[in-house]
Amino acid sequence: MKARVHITLKDGVLDPQGKAIGHALGNLGFDGVNGVRQGKVIELDLAATDRGAAEGQVEQMCRRLLANTVIENYKIELID
Amino acid sequence: MTADIAITPQIVAEHGLSESEYDRVLEIMGREPNLLELGIFSVMWSEHCSYKSSKKWLKTLPTEAPWVICGPGENAGVVDLGDGQAAIFKMESHNHPSFIEPYQGAATGVGGILRDVFTMGARPIANMNALRFGSPAHPKTRHLVAGVVAGIGGYGNCVGVPTVGGECNFHPAYDGNILVNAMTVGLADSSRIFYSAAAGVGNPVIYVGSKTGRDGIHGATMASAEFDDDSEEKRPTVQVGDPFTEKLLIEACLELMATDAIVAIQDMGAAGLTSSSFEMASKGEVGIELDLDRVPVREDGMTPYEMMLSESQERMLMVLRPGAEDTARAIFEKWELDFAVIGRVTDSGRMVLRFGGAVVGDLPVAPLADAAPEYDRPHEAAPVPARLDPAATPASDDLGEALVRLLGTPDLASKRWIWEQYDHMVGADTIGRPGGDAALVRLHGTRKALAITTDCTPRYCQADARTGGAQAVAETWRNITATGARPLAITDCMNFGNPERPEIMAQFVGAIAGMGEACRALDYPVVSGNVSLYNETNGKAILPTPAIGGIGLIADCDKAVSIAFPAEGLDVLLIGDTRGELGQSLYLRELHGKEEGAPPAVDLTAERRNGDFVRDAIHDGIVSACHDLSDGGLAVGIAEMALAGNIGVDITVPEGLAIPLHAWLFGEDQARYLVTVATPQSAGILAAAAAANVPAISVGRTGGSDLTVRNGFTISLATLREARESWLPTYMGTA
Amino acid sequence: MKAGVIVFPGSNCDRDVMVALEQATGRPPAAIWHRETVLPDLDLVVLPGGFSYGDYLRAGAMAAQSPIMRAVVAHAEAGRHVLGICNGFQIAIEAGLLPGALLRNAGLHFVCRDVWLRVENAATPFTRGYRGGDVIRVPVAHHDGNYFADPETLARLRGEGRVAFRYCAADGDAGERANPNGSADDIAGILNERGNVLGLMPHPERLADPALGGTDGRPMFTALVESFA
Repeated sequence: MKARVHITLKDGVLDPQGKAIGHALGNLGFDGVNGVRQGKVIELDLAATDRGAAEGQVEQMCRRLLANTVIENYKIELID
Repeated sequence: MTADIAITPQIVAEHGLSESEYDRVLEIMGREPNLLELGIFSVMWSEHCSYKSSKKWLKTLPTEAPWVICGPGENAGVVDLGDGQAAIFKMESHNHPSFIEPYQGAATGVGGILRDVFTMGARPIANMNALRFGSPAHPKTRHLVAGVVAGIGGYGNCVGVPTVGGECNFHPAYDGNILVNAMTVGLADSSRIFYSAAAGVGNPVIYVGSKTGRDGIHGATMASAEFDDDSEEKRPTVQVGDPFTEKLLIEACLELMATDAIVAIQDMGAAGLTSSSFEMASKGEVGIELDLDRVPVREDGMTPYEMMLSESQERMLMVLRPGAEDTARAIFEKWELDFAVIGRVTDSGRMVLRFGGAVVGDLPVAPLADAAPEYDRPHEAAPVPARLDPAATPASDDLGEALVRLLGTPDLASKRWIWEQYDHMVGADTIGRPGGDAALVRLHGTRKALAITTDCTPRYCQADARTGGAQAVAETWRNITATGARPLAITDCMNFGNPERPEIMAQFVGAIAGMGEACRALDYPVVSGNVSLYNETNGKAILPTPAIGGIGLIADCDKAVSIAFPAEGLDVLLIGDTRGELGQSLYLRELHGKEEGAPPAVDLTAERRNGDFVRDAIHDGIVSACHDLSDGGLAVGIAEMALAGNIGVDITVPEGLAIPLHAWLFGEDQARYLVTVATPQSAGILAAAAAANVPAISVGRTGGSDLTVRNGFTISLATLREARESWLPTYMGTA
Repeated sequence: MKAGVIVFPGSNCDRDVMVALEQATGRPPAAIWHRETVLPDLDLVVLPGGFSYGDYLRAGAMAAQSPIMRAVVAHAEAGRHVLGICNGFQIAIEAGLLPGALLRNAGLHFVCRDVWLRVENAATPFTRGYRGGDVIRVPVAHHDGNYFADPETLARLRGEGRVAFRYCAADGDAGERANPNGSADDIAGILNERGNVLGLMPHPERLADPALGGTDGRPMFTALVESFA
């Protein structure tokens, strides 16, 4: 089973990279971009076959290492 | 299996081999090669690996001196620093990859040159770089500057080697071909230098570092091909650097080198496993058998062709003493790096490649490596322009305004925006930070220091390659001398256009001739180098750019001086003759739109005499600051000293000046230095100079917060600083 | 003082801080590999600068999970001292020894230059070599030094005297241009609640030798030695 973890900065945490991307998009002539927040995607190839077990395992991974919950949110997506 | 693919003339052409070269392949093989073998010939005989256009001329450079331990031909040059210490250094280009993907191109350039140096047993202690970009007005320039600088910093900062300086020019001739030349200097025990010649039949051949992926396949042939408009589609061949793995590789290799396990070691650079294994076999005059099934790979289904030609980064090949595998394996496992025994040394003189139980390639080593093509390409130099009469050059209405404008031009403006993105202090031995003539890096735990610099004035080389080549060498020698250090040796990075054009080949030949003259006159040999040809797009070549990296040694770093005025009330002396050389000057180019005339003459006897005089005066403690004069001449040099020390200066123009004031202020005459001395010592040093036949005059006195030229102009340092510091950050949009 | 420096894969200022410690104590500190699980008897543990694990994922995140870090946390919980410099500050935060987070610099560039710091709390073993309000010059060299914490945490740090250093201008004044990374409240270094863990982005070990152009970093090391004499 594969899992995809989406990590994004929490609202209210300054995101200078997102700001710079938004600025660059404006320079390229893309109007109407009201905001940009960037983050990262981590893909995991898991041995687990049970969705519940996999989800629990990835949840632990996020809390312990993959995300810094002081500043980041995470969302887990399981792909069979 | 690769042998199934028929070798058509089209496939041969795609591998960059000419018909006559392919005939030679058939002769050496005694049969038609398979695709893998053809690929190996292709990279080994590429310009990048074989130096086929340049070899004839490179051989004419002086490479020896009593302090040279190892000259060109190994991974890097080695010079003796006394006390059992040696410096190992080299400069290398990563031009094409950096144009296509600036961050990764520049980063992997740094990674590659670091490996060249630690492969030989040195801990890297400093990085430098020489960068050339297109016109600031060109739409791609800003993006390229941002990416290259971030890439150099991203890699060097992470591996923990300080990037202590460099140079950066802009010119429209580089619009389609930027230059990224990276230099590394390392420190080793002079009794423990590691070489690449494989030896000992039956000894294991070891692969360490990162796994092999499909990145950079045919990078070496790409680096030898002219660009066309499709080049941007070659993106997938650019390698990605992993500085963290490189850092681990440095530590692991140095740890292993402290044992006696290694017989020979070679990094996998351009053309990866192919060139490293052939290099080791050919230098040792042995054969090598590789079992490609054992090569650590990152992707499934990789073919022998891909494994042999991959340019994945952060990999090394070693031959170990028999039985040393376990010691070595334990060290690499500690550092969490791949370690695999992939072959053995044989006495067959052949490279035999096995995969899946079959022999998939079998090539003779010596003919392939040694009998690579060598060309004597036709060369025809353009006439050298006439020297300009200073009296016939255009004056400027307001010379003060001219100075302010010059300081704010791209080539003279402060490069602080660049070097503040480099960790130039890690290691806690950087005693001369970026921004001076040469950086100074202390040899850890001693009072000794190395002075390190890179330099080249391509506009001089364009007008007269021979003078330009000599000037580039002389200027690095002067940069080092100006710190108080004794220049030892250079590395060269020869960046030129298409050598198949006689006028380009003539630039190469001329530059080498000039460099050779300067090296001989200054006792300053070439110990390593790199050639990058075909730097042109749609027939438009770069300016000839023989970038020189020089190193020098100072025995007591407390005696070193910087360019900064250290105090008020000091006399400023000008050492060297001023004839007002304005040909190819920045003054003419930037303020009057003229790139004309002969470059300043290089008088190597005067260079040596003046430089030796200045160095002695620094050692004697008489000179308290020193700056060599080059781009922008006297006025720019004195402004840089004032700004660095934040102390003003009052300049007195000599009476009865035989040339116009603008030529005195902005002429780029060579072999000159500005020094500060305490007033009571001025007369003595002027007399000593006269006795040594060294031209020297007093030109001013430090103090205040303005730069004043008597009967000329007064400008505040604040105005000069604003002009010099603001251009690059404003251009890059971060001011 | 018995000091030890933890060496992580990718640490690169470990030697520099060892030199500064040795200058202050007269003997070399212990170098402790990250895979160790037990610390020797130490007064001070230093988490050095560098790029542990290449700063991949988040600066300091993977080093914070190293086997030795359990022992370092226990050392701190026992009231002994921990100093995290640059990447070491990032590791200390990721390991929960200090609050907040260190984000990408506001200017998005790596920045290496001397900065001015105002000493905000001179009453700790780390800072007692300075006087409160002293302005010192120390280099920074980082890409992720932009200190972030929620408003309550910032208020606590301020209220409890736990801001050890702030970026300032040469004359000691605050100012946006003096702050190299956009950190909240110009914070350059903070203490834990108990005052025995200090994390800071600037590198005092890089200006502790006159040949390098300054010695403003040296009092931190000499003060530690005096504290544990």
